[in-house]
Amino acid sequence: MNGVEGYMYPNEITLYWSVLIVLYPYITGLVAGAFILASLVRVFRVEAVAPTYRLALLTALSFLLVAPLPLVLHLGHPFRSPEMYFTPHDTSAMAMFGYVYLWYLMAVLVFEIWLDYRQDIVLLSQQSKGVLRLVYKVMTLGSSNISERSLYIDERVGWIVTLVGIPSAFLLHGYVGFIFGSIKANPWWSSPLMPVVFIFSAMVSGIAAVMLLYMALTKLRRQKIDIRCVDTIAMYMFYIFIIDFSLEMLDLIHRIYEADESFRSLNFMAHTKLFFSQIVLQILLGTLLPLILLFLTQVVKFKEIVRERMYVVSGCLALIGIFAMRWNVVIGGQLFSKSFLGYTTYKVDLVTKEGLLAAVGLTILPLFFLWGLMKLLPPWTATSAHTAAAGD
Amino acid sequence: MKDAVHLFRFAGLFVIAFIVFLVVRGYVVPKSFGEYGHYRAAAIGEIAALPVKFAGHDACESCHTDIADTKLKGKHAHVNCEACHGALAVHAIDPTALTPTKPDTAVLCIRCHTATAAKPKDFPQVDPADHSGGAPCQTCHNPHSPAFDQGPAAAPAAGGAK
Amino acid sequence: MNISRRHLLVLLPAAAVAWKFVHAGTPEDSPNYQMSEHWWGMLIDIPKCIGCGNCVRACQTENDVPDGFFRTWVERYNVSDENMTTPTVISPDGGKEGFPIATEDGEKYFFVPKMCNHCADSPCTQVCPVGATFISPDGVVLIDQKYCLGCAYCVQACPYGCRYIHPEKKVADKCTLCYHRITKGLTTACCEACPTGARQLADLKNPKDPIHNFLKTHAVQVLKPQMATGAKAFYNGLDGSVR
Repeated sequence: MNGVEGYMYPNEITLYWSVLIVLYPYITGLVAGAFILASLVRVFRVEAVAPTYRLALLTALSFLLVAPLPLVLHLGHPFRSPEMYFTPHDTSAMAMFGYVYLWYLMAVLVFEIWLDYRQDIVLLSQQSKGVLRLVYKVMTLGSSNISERSLYIDERVGWIVTLVGIPSAFLLHGYVGFIFGSIKANPWWSSPLMPVVFIFSAMVSGIAAVMLLYMALTKLRRQKIDIRCVDTIAMYMFYIFIIDFSLEMLDLIHRIYEADESFRSLNFMAHTKLFFSQIVLQILLGTLLPLILLFLTQVVKFKEIVRERMYVVSGCLALIGIFAMRWNVVIGGQLFSKSFLGYTTYKVDLVTKEGLLAAVGLTILPLFFLWGLMKLLPPWTATSAHTAAAGD
Repeated sequence: MKDAVHLFRFAGLFVIAFIVFLVVRGYVVPKSFGEYGHYRAAAIGEIAALPVKFAGHDACESCHTDIADTKLKGKHAHVNCEACHGALAVHAIDPTALTPTKPDTAVLCIRCHTATAAKPKDFPQVDPADHSGGAPCQTCHNPHSPAFDQGPAAAPAAGGAK
Repeated sequence: MNISRRHLLVLLPAAAVAWKFVHAGTPEDSPNYQMSEHWWGMLIDIPKCIGCGNCVRACQTENDVPDGFFRTWVERYNVSDENMTTPTVISPDGGKEGFPIATEDGEKYFFVPKMCNHCADSPCTQVCPVGATFISPDGVVLIDQKYCLGCAYCVQACPYGCRYIHPEKKVADKCTLCYHRITKGLTTACCEACPTGARQLADLKNPKDPIHNFLKTHAVQVLKPQMATGAKAFYNGLDGSVR
């Protein structure tokens, strides 16, 4: 009977939040994680990862530009979205999306990128021809001042922006966790741990993404990968992953121990409907295996080439595992009945606006944006104060 | 300060954007928004003005007084007219616009009165096949006063207003 | 039939003057219907429900409810002696055409009509990002379908599963307590159609409403009281196994 086992309240049988709503927290998570990696350089002065600084910022921006698209495709009336800016409801976590997004886009990311690239932009505005020259000229905001003093001011202001950017990144992605975590009607979601788990898994995914992009792009540019950089990134990824895994295990153990009224239903769901996506993809392949690989690289001195391959495998598995985590939260939260007496099925369409093709397209789109941004604002030039000499 | 001009220009963009936002907001937000709470107060009136499809038994009884009298003395006293006859506001406003059709007792009566373990024990319920051997319910029961000890059982319901 | 009686039909007694204002879309201006004088709820009397589905059909007719979605529905519970915490529940097409016959097997059966509880502290209005759903000053949780974005956050937030996204209008939809009827002195479509009086509209602010006496003399409950939603659909005779 239309994919229902047991009893579902009649209106619960359809899922209202599709794979696009899985994609949205995944994308903002990548943004937050990439930004945290950039902040390691700027604020925490981890010079080793400097070769990825500009790439991390551009990656964050590419994904941030795509982030609203899954939401817009999902809305029944996307053209009414400005209402969230004009009459945001102060009791709704979702209402802050518009403002947090805009703040993070303009006052953090674009501002920081602009400050870091400003010298390049001014030079490029003088060297380019045609339309591109106009684009760069606009980006200079009419000021060609790249004196030492102005660059020093940029540096100081940029530091403050990054400092503010860290909690902003946590807010950008943490509020999404709160959107789920504050729903008392849904015991799979309702938890104070939700925003924290979201943030830590976001950091893992964002760091993994930038690491993989750096390795891939460096190979494409026929350069040598800065192994010290990648080693350091992997180390941070490992430790943050441990925290993320611990938090998720804490949630699980707490649930099993307290065994409240929802436990039997949720437990059954986790072992049947979500077995592949949760046990296999998220936990075993997506968390435990990369953790083991990363742990090995931390305690055993493998050859560079072996380490690189282990990092690539761990990074890819982590990215898959964290997507699976978002899937399990969003889709899993809608597969069981709030009567705790039944389950439904999620059938992903192929070509509808919330279907598989749309999801795949939206996942690939940021890479096109990144390509364009890298053309416009090359990450690896001599003028950047934050790129290491090695690897250029 | 001339070394920070670009920063002031960047900030200036924000100020301009904010002003534009406030102006647009003034035009776009509906006038009644916020009157009673964080919502468009005019929506209340719009919802209240939706069309009514069931007239309500008061409307039926003000014309069909004889049936109302019969019904009020019987077991179906609190079964409202439209519970069986369907939505008839159109008929109540203009009786000639819609002539109600007599409900099919084969479907209607058994929906309520088929015996099942799930119904309350004190509710009158029968196995339709056993009970009447296939004869339609109104052969013996007056739908407006169905119990036998309340008056003539064989008289079928008279339609139309007086 | 003479003309004056026809007009009397249209101008229902309680709403005679109010009709003009209510019809114009401003019930708050109607001298007969003052929002501040009402606080609406519903009484559902479980021992009286026979699972006929009249309410579900009447609601669908009155409110153009799309097929497959329900502003109200009826559930049938089957509770066995061995396992009182996990009942078997069915609701075939929301109970719209009634229920299949349950055989006499000595187990406990009963029907539970469900609907929007018009919660005084509703989690659905709390989460709406733009203010498209709200509780009116007279206690009815409504949806402004011209303002709703269709994000479905409210659907996720309702513990009772009474909301859905309208498949054509692409906005949230749910029971409106027949607001367009109760502001005209009529009762809701479901109460009008219920043959046994299992569903009754209640005005908690009206001193003459029999609900006050009923609440004093019966043990009533709301669904999922642990959610502290301030639900205003009161159930008489609600079994502990009801979800």
